[in-house]
Amino acid sequence: MAEAFQFELVSPERLLLSAKVTDVTVPGSEGEFGVGAGHSPFLSTMRPGVVKALSEDGSKHEYFVRGGFADVSTSGMTVLAEQAIPMADIDADYIAQQIQDASEDVADAKSEDARQAARLVLSQLTELQEAIKAS
Amino acid sequence: MASLKDLKNRIASVKATQKITKAMKMVAAAKLRRAQDAAEASRPYANRMGNVLSNLAAGFEGRDDAPKLMTGNGQDQTHLLLVCTAERGLCGGFNSSIARLARDHADQLLAEGKTVKIVTVGKKGYDALKRGYSQHIVENIELRGLKSIGYGDVKHIADLVMEMFYEEKFDVCTLFYAQFQSVISQVPTAKQLIPAQFDAADDAEDGSSGDALYEYEPGEQEILETLLPRNIGIQIFSAILENGASEQGARMAAMDNATRNAGEMIDKLTTTYNRQRQAQITTELIEIIAGAEAL
Repeated sequence: MAEAFQFELVSPERLLLSAKVTDVTVPGSEGEFGVGAGHSPFLSTMRPGVVKALSEDGSKHEYFVRGGFADVSTSGMTVLAEQAIPMADIDADYIAQQIQDASEDVADAKSEDARQAARLVLSQLTELQEAIKAS
Repeated sequence: MASLKDLKNRIASVKATQKITKAMKMVAAAKLRRAQDAAEASRPYANRMGNVLSNLAAGFEGRDDAPKLMTGNGQDQTHLLLVCTAERGLCGGFNSSIARLARDHADQLLAEGKTVKIVTVGKKGYDALKRGYSQHIVENIELRGLKSIGYGDVKHIADLVMEMFYEEKFDVCTLFYAQFQSVISQVPTAKQLIPAQFDAADDAEDGSSGDALYEYEPGEQEILETLLPRNIGIQIFSAILENGASEQGARMAAMDNATRNAGEMIDKLTTTYNRQRQAQITTELIEIIAGAEAL
């Protein structure tokens, strides 16, 4: 059994999860990465996706997050999500809604930079939608 | 001298008022609990964010390529005051104390010859500042009708501030709100948002000290650049939550006072009423006796 470490998932509204976990998978902006106990200190931004945590007692936690960042330190790991929703509460309709919002953002973007950023979010969401469909 | 009937009416009306203030107090107490929970629940996020940022920022101290949100644009001429108040009154000195702090600040800046721009969040702050400062107010945001405030509701305020900053409409941004301490004490606070100021990192307790060599993905610079705007959103968000708790606390205290005052008033009026009734009975008796004796 892998060693456990402290994991916290917080959104601006509240602390969603604080538990001892053995393994966490995070959708980093440069690609998905997994974190185990004793990981070296690490800070990464996240793209929209699913954070999966395997807790010590073997139960699985899955949350959909929309952007934010993950902070791995020697004392544990914290995911600061701009928005986080348990996967159980999410269905294809929700993602479709998010995609629609994102495409409106692309259309509304004033500057080229903003449009680029919105487009990136849109493509990430579409990717996610396909992943959910496939599973 | 008021007649018996007048007194009776007054007592009835004060009693009705007391009932209302009592009900408002209880509503405020219930809302306070919720607001306080919300404010507390937002703290872990804000604290973590603060820690990570101060760690990051320490590495950028004095460097030329540090983001503008952190260092400012090198000027100190135009000040933006972001004044957060409540949407509703009847909460003691809550709104006016925030407005007064903002006004003092604005006066001081104006005296130094700086330009002042004001963005108010909440109707009461706008009402309080529009007299005398209306030419400075650039925007009034109302959060009316929102039952509970989510981060999404606040984000557009942050976006507005950021947009104004990038368009160089102001150089320094200060946030005004009331820090919740307890039901009887809310402290009006001014906090500088842009350029960002960080408290000295006190990570000693949680062990994630700044000495640890962090790896950054994508890079330090990019992370700092995405975090700083987000931090502004979070700061405003937690200020508004604090404000919510403070408002309910202030209202609860104010309504408690009002209820007590109404109680005192009722007691006083009842005494007068009884005394007058007694006097009237005595007069009537004297009249009857005098009439009987005259026979």
